[in-house]
Amino acid sequence: MNPIREITKAIRATLVLWLLVAVIYPFAMLAISQAAFSYQANGSPLKNPQGQTIGSALIGQPFTSDRYFNSRPSSTSYSTADPNQDTAGILKTGVSGATNLAPSNPALLDRINGKTDPDPKKAIAGDLPRLQKAGIKPTADLLYTSGSSLDPHITPEAARAQVQRISAARNLPTNRVELLIVQNTDDRFLGIFGEPGINVLKLNLALDNLR
Amino acid sequence: MLAHRTDEEYRIMLQGWLQIGLTLALIVAITPIFGGYIARVYLGQKTLLDRVFQPIERLMFRLSGVKPETQMNGWQYARAILYSNLAMAILLFAILMLQGVLPLNPTGLGAPTWDTALHTTISFITNTNQQHYSGETTLSYFSQILGLGFMFFTSAATGIAVAIAFIRGLTGRPLGNFYVDLTQAITRILLPISIVGTLLLVAAGVPETLSGPIVVPTLEDPNLRQAIALGPVAHFEIIKQLGENGGGFFAINSAHPFENPNGFSNLIQTLAMISIPTSMIYTYGVIANNRKQAWLVFGMVFIIYVGFIIVTAIGEYQGNPLVNSILGSAQPNLEGKEVRFGWAQSALFAVTTTGTMTGAVNSMHDSFMPTGGFVLLSNLFLQIIWGGQGTGTAYLFSYLILAVFVTGLMVGRTPEFLGRKIEKSEVVLTSFLLLLVHPLFVLIPGAIALAFPDQLAGISNPGFHGLAQVMYEYASATANNGSGFEGLADSQPAPTALWWNLSTSLSLLGGRYIPIVALLILADGMSRKQPVPFTTGTLRTDTILFTSVTAGVILIMGALTFFPILALGPIAEGFLLAKGG
Repeated sequence: MNPIREITKAIRATLVLWLLVAVIYPFAMLAISQAAFSYQANGSPLKNPQGQTIGSALIGQPFTSDRYFNSRPSSTSYSTADPNQDTAGILKTGVSGATNLAPSNPALLDRINGKTDPDPKKAIAGDLPRLQKAGIKPTADLLYTSGSSLDPHITPEAARAQVQRISAARNLPTNRVELLIVQNTDDRFLGIFGEPGINVLKLNLALDNLR
Repeated sequence: MLAHRTDEEYRIMLQGWLQIGLTLALIVAITPIFGGYIARVYLGQKTLLDRVFQPIERLMFRLSGVKPETQMNGWQYARAILYSNLAMAILLFAILMLQGVLPLNPTGLGAPTWDTALHTTISFITNTNQQHYSGETTLSYFSQILGLGFMFFTSAATGIAVAIAFIRGLTGRPLGNFYVDLTQAITRILLPISIVGTLLLVAAGVPETLSGPIVVPTLEDPNLRQAIALGPVAHFEIIKQLGENGGGFFAINSAHPFENPNGFSNLIQTLAMISIPTSMIYTYGVIANNRKQAWLVFGMVFIIYVGFIIVTAIGEYQGNPLVNSILGSAQPNLEGKEVRFGWAQSALFAVTTTGTMTGAVNSMHDSFMPTGGFVLLSNLFLQIIWGGQGTGTAYLFSYLILAVFVTGLMVGRTPEFLGRKIEKSEVVLTSFLLLLVHPLFVLIPGAIALAFPDQLAGISNPGFHGLAQVMYEYASATANNGSGFEGLADSQPAPTALWWNLSTSLSLLGGRYIPIVALLILADGMSRKQPVPFTTGTLRTDTILFTSVTAGVILIMGALTFFPILALGPIAEGFLLAKGG
């Protein structure tokens, strides 16, 4: 066969396949998904009573104060920024990311333990001192950063370790707080696949809604 | 170490092994059903989807000028692959460079740098999906849907076509027509499963929308805003896994809650990425009419695969000794891991994604314990713990040919495989293909990068782990895997990005097209050989003994080539951690 005909065939086949799998397939899937699963297809939004979107049921948010269940440390602070100082453009696109620290990297222990340095820019507060100050017994998930930096969950142990503090700060009986934890736990699929996690944003919203 | 565990910890550990075991059982159960189906498709037998897809295929062939009954020889088949892949690559490169003026760009992104676009094009055309960019901040929806999404199907289908042509050649049949095999891989295998998979993933919570990111005030501090990236993720995600592609819609891939929100979506993704390479082994058994051999080869790979999972999972479960001493108890290593996946599903996913050359990640490989790093690197070096879409299966059977030759030498018989003599040209081609190409494109650029650690390498983790970061990147590129020890400074605007984009591009191309051409020539030669009659003196290749010898050949060859890297990388790091950092 002559090369010109082979090349023409290659180009024609490319365009035909492109039409099928890069045009017809995705746009058909978009139409069906929007029609059949509009909530999930649009990012599982959480809305306040006024109907404004205040977050996503699948994406975590940063929580470090006493009044809220603390979430996991995050390398992107859960894709958040102060709108007046967003020089990196985080709020334009949203981000995800991880530390990629090796288990042998000294920076991992510095991040956990904190580090003093005469130069305040190089000093690290450390997650362990923060948890100890708040009276939370550290668990693995509260010391290690997540894969996505958006992890919506903490482990049941991490939630239990914060019950006393929350009930004291909010003046609530502990069994009331424990009940909310149970209500906001995402279980394993079929009770088998994956690990149970407490959705921190939903749990903290539920705490606020008790008022 | 296990002696001090409480009952509760034993229960957690057993539950982890249970979910891994059940997933493995599902994989084994899918293999004969799906593998049998693929064989029916390519033997031209009746299948359920004929009535829907035959008219569509006929139309596609007419529009592209393909005469389905025309047979191709090895070189014609190879040329059709190279020409079509080149046409696709030019289309993708043009889309990426014109991104700024094309529609479906809600965040107003401009074109990526030329080297990023070039690397991305080569990375996706070769079914690798090594990513030196972050999806959210670099690519528009147009580039993702109409550019990368296109490669997800075609690069996977190219691999399937190569495997089918290879199997046909080994069994003495003509190789077939590339365009027919390519089209049917899409219409009969990838597309129908993707349609069902998209709907399952959307139902599980994966977004599928053209809207741009949502910005919301955070609950704790209303002055702080959170940007939630969205997109047409679900249809992209399923073929990303099924085609062993692995290029995430978002920077952080299947760890992102929108790509992989829960245990259900994670199960779908795990099964999707491994089903085709496991099933293709069975497809071979049906086409060669020797299911026993298929199960033996399957069993050989399965045993290594399970061993690798156990080693990785134990390491992650026991955790990092340096952090455990802070915690006061042994807890899993959750650095770079999501709570919903934990140690078990993260380890299973990591071993599967590196073994199958998918390269998607649901946890960060850079942060795995050295035992995990050892396994993941070994997967990339061996390339057949299931292996790439189609190509992995072809490698596996090339190893059988090599083992036939080695055992033939040992017992002094003329080596034969499937009733065909293995002669000089077969031995030269298989050894070139299996033993030379891979180390060449991994070790040489790796050595160059390491010679200039500051100017070129951009290592982020100090010490032994840094060596592993560099070698992992080239092994991942050459094996067409795409995962990475992602701390490496390989993305623009890092000063080392240009080096990484260009040098890995060479490894990507070399690791893809040289083996494909060699496989097709090998298959072509085998298909033309006169069959020799089966006698009592023939060395049987469908026995446990022969399969064990094959496993030995694979492991010894792999160890001889790559063990120094494993020793200086993860093994040394493991000893360092054991002695306390």
